[in-house]
Amino acid sequence: MVPLSYYLVLSGILFACGVTGFLIKRNIITIFMSIELMLNGVNLSFVAFAAHWHVLSGQVFVFFVMVVAAAEAAVGLAIIIAVYRTRETLNVDQVNLLKL
Amino acid sequence: MISLHLILFLFFGAITVAGAVNLLVQRHPINSALSLIAVMAALAGEYLLLGAEFVAAVQVIVYAGAIMVLFVFTIMLLNAGEEERTQGSRVAVLFGIPGMLLGSLLVAWVVLKHSGTEAVNAGVWDSASISARSVPGSPETIGPLLFHEFLLPFEITSILILVAIMGAVVLASRPTVPGGPPQKVKD
Repeated sequence: MVPLSYYLVLSGILFACGVTGFLIKRNIITIFMSIELMLNGVNLSFVAFAAHWHVLSGQVFVFFVMVVAAAEAAVGLAIIIAVYRTRETLNVDQVNLLKL
Repeated sequence: MISLHLILFLFFGAITVAGAVNLLVQRHPINSALSLIAVMAALAGEYLLLGAEFVAAVQVIVYAGAIMVLFVFTIMLLNAGEEERTQGSRVAVLFGIPGMLLGSLLVAWVVLKHSGTEAVNAGVWDSASISARSVPGSPETIGPLLFHEFLLPFEITSILILVAIMGAVVLASRPTVPGGPPQKVKD
């Protein structure tokens, strides 16, 4: 049997990879994919806790997280298309009107 | 004794971590997208190990299927090339990195200080193991929960999806009417 902490460590590694990608990546699409990676890390800990405490609510929550992620992906990618149409770049360093 | 459960966990976990690291290392977005698909497929395997069959199926269909198709399609549509490295921001170097170090030190201190207390140790950390098939997450058991206890959140998510569809159509459509979003920024 696998201890719960193993799943939580894997979930933490995934979340940390997502945060790192969000910070170091310069392509706006890859930044968006890092956000999806973070959501997946959280989903894994939801399912692990649900299996550990013998409740199904955690799995239903994962379902809701997936639905919200799908909605977020649709709107986010539409925003990316709109940004590309007006700025003609995917590099976030060149979308810097609000920068200090 | 190493059980088959542990071997499978390590197998899928290795694929997951390798895919996540590969996402960071790759320069071209399509390579990152493909490694993200590998991460999601391996995570579906982890969900199966935890007995969450419905979630594993939805993970493959919605995440590895629908969402990633959307990503790959956008990469194709925008003809995204390799990302170019640019100079990091001065604000990030001056304040961001020290702030991040300070924050992680604070979190580590709090965790280490309270790791011996009851609240953290409440049956979670010491030798708490997960037995497979303890919670059968099949559609038969998820369905009643979803449509009785979580009926209101379910209906709200349907409204959310509707709004997201309309928002995506409005945002991605080419502005033709006067007074719409600006055409092109020249700088």
